[in-house]
Amino acid sequence: MNLEPMAAASAVVAPPSGAEPPAPPPASGVGEPQPSGTGVAHFSRLRGLARWEIALFATFVVVFVVGRVLSPEFLTNYNFFNMGLSNGELAIMALPMTLIVVTGEIDLSVSSTLGLASSLLGLLWMHGWPMPAIIVVVLICGAFLGAFNGFLVTRVGLPSIAVTIGTMLLYAGIAEIVLGSNIVSNFPAAYTNLGVYGVPGIGLSYSTVIFFGLAIVFGVVLHFTPFGRSLFAMGANQEAAIFSGLRVKRTKTILYIVSGIVCSGAGILYTFRLSTAEYDNGTGLVLSVVAIVLLGGVSIFGGKGSMVGVVFAVLIYSGLLDALLLTGFPQQASGIVIGGLLLLSVLVPSVPEFRSRLRAGRHRLRRQTSQAAIVHSGSVGQSRATGDDSSKAGLGGPPI
Amino acid sequence: MQPSESPQRLVDMVFRLREYGIIVVLIVFIAVTTGIQPRFLGQQNIKFVLLNATIFALLALGETMVVVSRQMDLSVGSVLGLSAYVSSNLFGQVHGIPIPVVFLAGLGIGLVCGVVNGAITAFARVPGLVVTLATLYIIRGIDISIIGGGEVVASSLPAHFSAIGSDSVVGIPYVTMVVAVVIAAGTYFLRSFRSGRELYAIGSNPDAARLVGIPIARRVFTAYAASGAIAGLAGVIWASFYGTVDSTAGTGYELTVVTAVVVGGVAIFGGSGSAAGAAFGALLLSTIATALYALGVSPFWDPAFDGLLLVLAITLDRGIAVRLAEVMRKRTFRHEP
Repeated sequence: MNLEPMAAASAVVAPPSGAEPPAPPPASGVGEPQPSGTGVAHFSRLRGLARWEIALFATFVVVFVVGRVLSPEFLTNYNFFNMGLSNGELAIMALPMTLIVVTGEIDLSVSSTLGLASSLLGLLWMHGWPMPAIIVVVLICGAFLGAFNGFLVTRVGLPSIAVTIGTMLLYAGIAEIVLGSNIVSNFPAAYTNLGVYGVPGIGLSYSTVIFFGLAIVFGVVLHFTPFGRSLFAMGANQEAAIFSGLRVKRTKTILYIVSGIVCSGAGILYTFRLSTAEYDNGTGLVLSVVAIVLLGGVSIFGGKGSMVGVVFAVLIYSGLLDALLLTGFPQQASGIVIGGLLLLSVLVPSVPEFRSRLRAGRHRLRRQTSQAAIVHSGSVGQSRATGDDSSKAGLGGPPI
Repeated sequence: MQPSESPQRLVDMVFRLREYGIIVVLIVFIAVTTGIQPRFLGQQNIKFVLLNATIFALLALGETMVVVSRQMDLSVGSVLGLSAYVSSNLFGQVHGIPIPVVFLAGLGIGLVCGVVNGAITAFARVPGLVVTLATLYIIRGIDISIIGGGEVVASSLPAHFSAIGSDSVVGIPYVTMVVAVVIAAGTYFLRSFRSGRELYAIGSNPDAARLVGIPIARRVFTAYAASGAIAGLAGVIWASFYGTVDSTAGTGYELTVVTAVVVGGVAIFGGSGSAAGAAFGALLLSTIATALYALGVSPFWDPAFDGLLLVLAITLDRGIAVRLAEVMRKRTFRHEP
């Protein structure tokens, strides 16, 4: 994926002046082979950025045009409402996930956080708590869940993918313990109406409007603040980020806490939309969230990605699923299309690289230098301050 | 490759301790549960636990091969589902089809899936996690489109086939014994064969592995192909256990398998761990699930337990790794002057 984050920001607006961490040298590109000649590399990356977002935009247009052609109901206000309603929580959870993946970590516990929030909401309502108090408690609880992830990842120094698989199971388990086999569904209509009516005057569902609002906030934070830019630095080269004085541990903990709060908020929306609190609410959403973020062009190794890309990925995902639904495609099998899209999104950017590697391969045969090997491998960053190279390096990534 | 003999031996010992640790935890767990509920060690119960663990232990073998080389295979659950349906459906399609042919069919389906995963990951140099996340969806989608709304019912399967999961000696099913032998062979291959050792080398330091001339792409490809084939095989066994196969078979197994592998001591970023350890991890998870039930604890506690176990296991690994690094650093200093 040829997204250059620094270019992403400066392409839209002049980089903000002031105390800003120095950009990591492009040569640190985690997991991405560098073509020889840095000048060339820089330009091709700039073009790569534009190409990726344009490709997403084009896909978005194609999906919506084809959807319109196949079904006259596709481009109607009612359908937009439904589309946003059924994918709103998913889309919202993709936002904090984007920030976390940019730093080179991952949070697989998002859907369990949603489920636990839903269970807690149901339990407290069952015990007759007032709804505003419940919402506050659920959000605070979400913050703690995120803080626990953040603690294990940053302070104990565990790989985030393993930690969050663990907490995914743990939180889902706690949700089961909390609510058991109870199904709570007697929520007041004032709240469950957000699954029936749109925002007055706009017509989109509340979750959609919240998503776009949050997307702007997250996008501005990610691309136009020193905090957001520091996330790219951490993802690109954590060692360099630590040595240039960034507070990596604290920042990542904050991100996990934000993710916990946002996902428990999504859990509240989910519960009201279905007007049902069950322990297994949201099970399995996490893989879709990750798929959306990666489709949006965020590198799984961190350091690259843009909020615009992720928003387009959300639109493509929901539009595609909805178009398939309207055309009578078996809904469960739509995974073929989503998976195919995800596969294309990682394969297409690697085509030019594949060709250049074939060319470079011939040179390399002649001069078998160690340099060639380093240039052509995913950088194995010493990611923790303790120098444990097994902790991040390549997230299931290509050592090849 | 080691500067001196002793650190190597130390590392070996620690990792062996890690495997024994799992076994000790398992024994303690069984002992405590049996103390409270003597019927836990009944033949029927042992058989149930073992059957349950057999599939996950088998999947864990393939997953271990992939994970030690610093990759991940998230498609195993979907491959299992596809293979389970297609292979058991053969009994309805072809009358009197021999059971070995059905196993071969399952193996073949898994192999094809694994080859696709491996080819894309290794030769297009795309992160395996993303590739198999995509094929998780795609293969499940293919499974669903083939099945439609239908399912294979147990009554359509020949008695010999269903017996695979039920025939046993002193509570140990034959299929579990076969799988145990396969896992032992896999562990031996990873430990002692050149190509097996090279998977560890790739996982522990890809750059160094390249420099010493290990064909990384080919090894990673093979690991994925093997993982797929094994998942295909596990699918046939799954079908013989459960009898009824619909499009949800094996959903969500991928994360349970990864949990078992990590609990069993395989480092999630590769380079260490064994298939035997992973199999014990699977057995431990399966035992816990049944033990909770036997103790009258609500089955709702099971996932929370698994999650806690995983977090504890990696925390422990981290602690050991840090201690080990300290010890080895001290030794190096002592040796240097």
